[in-house]
Order: sequence, then structure tokens, then C-alpha cells
Amino acid sequence: MIPEFGNFAIILALGLSLMLSVVPMLGAARRQLQWMQTARTLTTGVFVFMLAAFIALAWSFLQDDFSVAYIARNSNTALPTYYKLAAVWGAHEGSLLLWVLILSLWGFAVSVFSKDLPIDMVSRVLSVMGMVEVGFIGFLLFTSNPFERSLLNIPTEGADLNPLLQDFGLTVHPPFLYMGYVGFSVAFAFAIAALLSGRLDAAWSRWSRPWTNAAWSFLTIGIALGSWWAYYELGWGGWWFWDPVENVSFMPWLVGTALIHSLAVTEKRGVFKSWTVLLAIGAFSLSLLGAFIVRSGVITSVHAFAVDPERGLVLLCLLLLIIGGSLLLYALRAPVVAGNSVYGEQSRELYLLLNNIILVVSMAMILLGTLYPLIHEAIYGEANKVSVGPPYFNTLFVPLMGGMSFLLGIAVFTRWKRTPVNHLISSLRPLLLLSIVLGLALPLILQAEFKISVVVALALALWITATLLMDIRNKVRNKASFMNGLLSLGRAYWGMQLAHFGLAVIICGICLTSQYSVEDDVRMQPGDEHEIEEYVFKFEGVREIVGPNYDAQAATITVTKSGEPYLTLQPEKRRYRARGDVQTEADIDVGLFRDLFTALGDPRGDDAWVVRIHVKPFVFWIWLGAFFMATGGVLAILDKRYRRERIRKNSRLDNSSVVSNTIAINEAGNVSTKSFDSNETRGLVEERV
Amino acid sequence: MRASRRSRLTIVIFILLGGVAILFLLRTAFDEGLNVFFTPTEIAEGKAGTNQNLRIGGMVKQGSLKREGEGTLIQFIATDFNADISVVYDGVLPDLFREGQGVVAEGRLQEDGTFMARQILAKHDENYMSAEVKTALEAAESKGAAIPAMQQ
Repeated sequence: MIPEFGNFAIILALGLSLMLSVVPMLGAARRQLQWMQTARTLTTGVFVFMLAAFIALAWSFLQDDFSVAYIARNSNTALPTYYKLAAVWGAHEGSLLLWVLILSLWGFAVSVFSKDLPIDMVSRVLSVMGMVEVGFIGFLLFTSNPFERSLLNIPTEGADLNPLLQDFGLTVHPPFLYMGYVGFSVAFAFAIAALLSGRLDAAWSRWSRPWTNAAWSFLTIGIALGSWWAYYELGWGGWWFWDPVENVSFMPWLVGTALIHSLAVTEKRGVFKSWTVLLAIGAFSLSLLGAFIVRSGVITSVHAFAVDPERGLVLLCLLLLIIGGSLLLYALRAPVVAGNSVYGEQSRELYLLLNNIILVVSMAMILLGTLYPLIHEAIYGEANKVSVGPPYFNTLFVPLMGGMSFLLGIAVFTRWKRTPVNHLISSLRPLLLLSIVLGLALPLILQAEFKISVVVALALALWITATLLMDIRNKVRNKASFMNGLLSLGRAYWGMQLAHFGLAVIICGICLTSQYSVEDDVRMQPGDEHEIEEYVFKFEGVREIVGPNYDAQAATITVTKSGEPYLTLQPEKRRYRARGDVQTEADIDVGLFRDLFTALGDPRGDDAWVVRIHVKPFVFWIWLGAFFMATGGVLAILDKRYRRERIRKNSRLDNSSVVSNTIAINEAGNVSTKSFDSNETRGLVEERV
Repeated sequence: MRASRRSRLTIVIFILLGGVAILFLLRTAFDEGLNVFFTPTEIAEGKAGTNQNLRIGGMVKQGSLKREGEGTLIQFIATDFNADISVVYDGVLPDLFREGQGVVAEGRLQEDGTFMARQILAKHDENYMSAEVKTALEAAESKGAAIPAMQQ
């Protein structure tokens, strides 16, 4: 019965989302208050029914209801309870259900946290999200229904979850990633609503910002978790492979990063409007492209879902409809509603523009590299296959990011409109010299091999750090006391600085670990030793162990550091009973400055095994930096100005009769915002306190 | 007027320089990163050169896997049931690597006709066959190779 309830819930959600995509939109066009007011209720309804469907599927998983085909394919009675829940999103149908649930959750969040927005704006935004929901709930229901039953031959045992997914990292990775992907739908809906209403103003960009930051933070964590999972679960010791599936998660991240910066300019200075709209459309379109590439199997990837071409075709149509429709709307409306952009040389606007160009060019390079195999096949015929390897991506991406990091240091120093060039040069020159000198000196101090790429990367990381510290000092210098100054800076500012610092940390991590890692694959017999730097790894042998749903061979490797006993590592080779899949479990000693990575390769006879022994310096910094970045994004959302507005608004009289008002909030003394008031729109400009 | 014209010129020059730099990078990147796929038959026909990065795909021939002596070197034969190619690899094999199953290898062709693999990719799940291996087998079948039924 429970799976049928789930199925009904999806059908109801589809019906509600159909209404949501039509009624409030028409209401906003015709200024019918009652029609517009349905938006919040309908959004809540879609969310509640999707949640019910999700719970129904999770419940069926816990009950081992193998009459549901999806559960029979992806679960097993011996699977630990915890992984039974994770298995809900372990394959195509369930992960799509999670995708749609998260989409409806974002819609619900917008409806809850949008009390300050004019009702016509809210209804347009929610209605646009409703349209996307119709597409994806329909796709879920008609091509990938997770509740499909096979009642004639109910299997007594399930086929088990793919062993690669039986892991904590992969349990939490998809929800975070989808929160990020789908989160960009909010910025997208805001952009479409702004195009429709013709109000492309500071207020619009101000409302979009926290939502974009939130989605971006989730995506940052999601990508970092995926990379961390690949590092310890695939057993190769690598953390990024430029695999198509990684690329499609990285592209929306790059455009989302550009969007965050472009939104800042649009809010503060009222310029780059149509560009910002295009980025908002782009970020979500790339998320959808990612869903298409992962689920259609058009590109060979190490982690594509087992796929069905028919689904790919439906997804492609959906993709073209959404992207094509929004770009058409953009082409028709953007020239009408966007104003001219005016900004000086050496202004912060200019540097943020450069940042945007570099990020978008990087994205375009990755897109080209990811889709090139398809283009090649289309030109030269299906039998001619090519693949694009990591050297392509590294050659392009590393110099572009290097350039961007250098410009970042200058950008934090520049002011809006115009910065005196002499002032800029005189304050930056000592910092630049300091970064270069320290970049040269650090490898010598640490007694590491001298490599020019390390010096450049360290200098860039130091440059970012030095400029941000100097900027903080400049900001607090004129305050009564140091602490006073630090406290007055505001959470958005700290968020920005923390995220930029995160970039510096990631640069250090990537560069040091890729240049100084020692990666040895050694054939070892019990008693053999292998020495890397001050560590000696002794292979004690392999024993059999029995897990809940697998049998494993576990090696014992004792490590001594500088002659002292240090620790024991136990990498495993598991064989999962239900599918017979073999899975490597690496054992890693994680440290702030270096990781000791061991994994079992294959047996080579006479009790000998090939063992992977890696010492990877600073690899942890990659994920640490990503964590700083995401925390920076969260800090920016928590900035007081978003709260202050809500408090003040609540104290005002109920103004629901004001159907449409635009609240444009300017930074004090920076009054350059134009509100695009149509005849019916009452522009209500309010000074910031 | 002059000042604005000069600044416009600066912008144009910067765009041109940036464009040239990116085209140069793109060329280098494609030279280094592009792997062309060849089937064992195509290699036997001498279509692939020894100075480029290649990807080959086929089935690991039953009983062909050899783990040599003391080191970590391994050798196996990849086949599309029409032609064979000997593959040499130094390192750890992926978990899903098995005799009689599909494999994709990246690396370079040696003068003596063996393939020196830098990386071995095996498929990700039991029911999934890499599109590249599939194409290779279909091409061989059209040339009259007898493909065992279980591989289809």
C-alpha cells in the first residue's frame, strides 16, 4: 500500500505544480490578488506531497519491499539500515526523486522567507519554479517512476546497493550537490520574474543575493565531498580526475561564482544588469545540462548511471525547452529593461568584470573539453571516438586561475567607480614584493625541492592573504579601537574575506600535494618494508574478515616515524556477497600537513600484494579551503542588512493591499539606483539606516 | 574625444591579446589532452602512430593476464575477437578489471607493437559496458569476427 501512496503523492504534486505554473503567473499579469495569493499555498502543497512520496520510498526501503522494482535492484536484507536509507538516492529513479524534492524544498523556502517581497514578484518567482517542477515531476512520473512494481514475480532478495555507494561520503554527497544545483533555480526564477515584470533593479539583485550564496555554498560543499569521497573510496589516491561528471558539477559552480560577484555590482552600482540575468540563466542551465549528461549516458564517464537512451531524449527536450525559453525571453526583454553600464578605469566594477570574464572563459573551456568527444563523433562519424584527458584541462585551467588570483588581490583594494592609480600602486607594491620573496623563501625554509610552479602558487596564495589582511587593517585603522573596528565590519565583509582566504588555502593544497606527493605502488610480501621520507611502512600480511554484507581481506601495515612506532593502517579489499563486486577500502591517516594513504592493489602470488603507499603533503587543505569558501557564503547570508529589513518591515502596517511596490535599498551615500517604475508600480525608495 | 578613442584602442588591444593567448593555450591543451580511440583491429591495420596518446578498448582475453616476477608490471591481451593487442601496464589494476570483461586503456603504442598503458579503466558497474568497447566489438563483428554470445 505504501508505494501506492507514494505514487499518488507524486501525481498530486504534479497537479499542484501545474496550477502553480499557471494561476499565480496569470494573476500577476492581470493584477488579481487572489490568484497571486495561491502561489504560497500551492508551493507548500507541492513540497508536502513530494516529501510524502520520499518518505514512502524510504519506508518501503526499510521494510525491504522488493515488490518495488527499484528497491529490488538497489537494496538487500543484509544491507545495514543506515545504507538502506542512503540507497533511496543510490540510483537514477530515487536520486531524481531527491532532486525534485529539493527543488520543491527551495520553492517552499522562498515562499517562507519572502514576506518582504511584493506579492506579484513572489508569485512570478514561485510560478517559474512551478514550471520547472512540472517538467521534472512529469519526467519522474512517466519515465523514471521509483514506485513501479513487479507484482508477478516478487524477488525474495534484492540485488544490493552498489558497493561504491556504501559509504558515508557518498551518503551525504548527493543531497548537498543537489541542494546546490537546484538552488540555482531560485536565482533563475528571480531573473525570469524580473525580466517578465520589467523591474531589473537593485531590489531584484538584492533579493537574489542570499539565495545565490546559499546555493553556491551547498554546491561548494557538495563538490568538495565528492572529491573527498573519490580520494578515499576509489583507492587511486587522486582527488580530481576531470571526469565529465565532475566537470558538469564544476561548471555551474564557476558560473555561480561569477553570478555572486556580478550580483554584487548590480546591487551596489546598478550596472551589468543584463549580464547578471544571463549568468543566472546560465548557472541553472548548466545544472540541468549536468543532470542530462549524467543521466543520459551520452558521454563515457567512470561514474555514469546505467542509462536508458529514451530518458536521455526526454531530458534533452526538457533542457531545450527551459534553456531555449529563458534565452528567448532574455533576448526579447533584456534590451528593453536593462540600462547602460557606466564605470571608470581602475574601478572595482572593472575588476569584477575581469573576474567574470575569466570564470566564464574557464567554464567555456571545460564545456568544450567535456562535450568535445560528442562534437568529434558528430563530425567524423560514430566509429571515431576521442576522449579529452586531464592535461587538456590543466593546461587551460591553471593559468586562467593564476591570472584570476592575481587580479583578486588588486580587486579587494579598489573602490567603486574609480580608484586613484598612484594610491593603488603605492600600497600594493610592497605586498607584491613580500609575497614573491616569501614564495621563494618558503620552499627553502621547509627544505623542499625548488620548483618554479610551487613558488608561483605560493606567491599567489600569499598575495591573496596579504592583500586581504591589509584591506582589513585599512578598514579598522580609523576606528576607535582595533576590536571595535573588527566588530564593525559586518558579516558580509567577513564572508567575502573568508571565501577569498579559502581560495588561497586551496591553491596551497593543490599545488603542494600535486608537486610533492610521493606515490609508490610496491609489491610487498609479509615482512617487507618500504621507506618514504621519515616514514617506514611494514607490510605484516593479509587476513580474512567478515563484514555484514561482505567478506574482506584486510592488510596490516605498521608505520614507524623516524624510528618510533607511529600507527597501524588497515586497508581492505572487500567482496560484496550479493553482487560479487570487489571494492578497495583505503586506510588514510589524515593530518593537517600530510596524509598517509595506503590501499591494497591486487594479489601477486606467494602472499605478495601490490600496495599503494602515498605520502601526500597538504592534501587536506583542498577540502579545508572549500569549507572556508562555503562558510564565507553562509556568513554573507547572515549579514545584518537582510535581517534589519525584515524587522523594520514587520513593524509597519499591513500593506497587503499594495499590490506591487518596489523597495530599492541603497547604500548610504551611494544613491545611483534606478527603479524602473511602470505606470502601475509605485516606487518606494527607502534609505538604509 | 582623443582620450576616449585611446581607451577604446586599449580595450581592443587587450581583447586581441587575451584572444590570442587563449587560442594558443587551447592548441597546446588539445595537443596534450586529446586521446584518440582505436580498436585492436585498427591498430593491427597500422592506423595508429607511436607518437600520440591513444585509447584502446576491447575484451581482456581469457588466460592472457601475466603478472611478471618481482615488480608491479603486468601484461595482458586486449581483443575484439578479430585482432589482439598486447598491453603492458605498471601499477595497480582497478577492482573491476577481470579476464573476459571489457577494458579501456590509455597510453602509447610502442615500436614493437605492444601498448604501454598509463591508465587502465574498467567499467563502473556489472551491467554497464563502456560505449567504446561496444563500438569496437560491433566494428569487429561487421568484419566477420565471431563474438561469444555472453559478451553481447
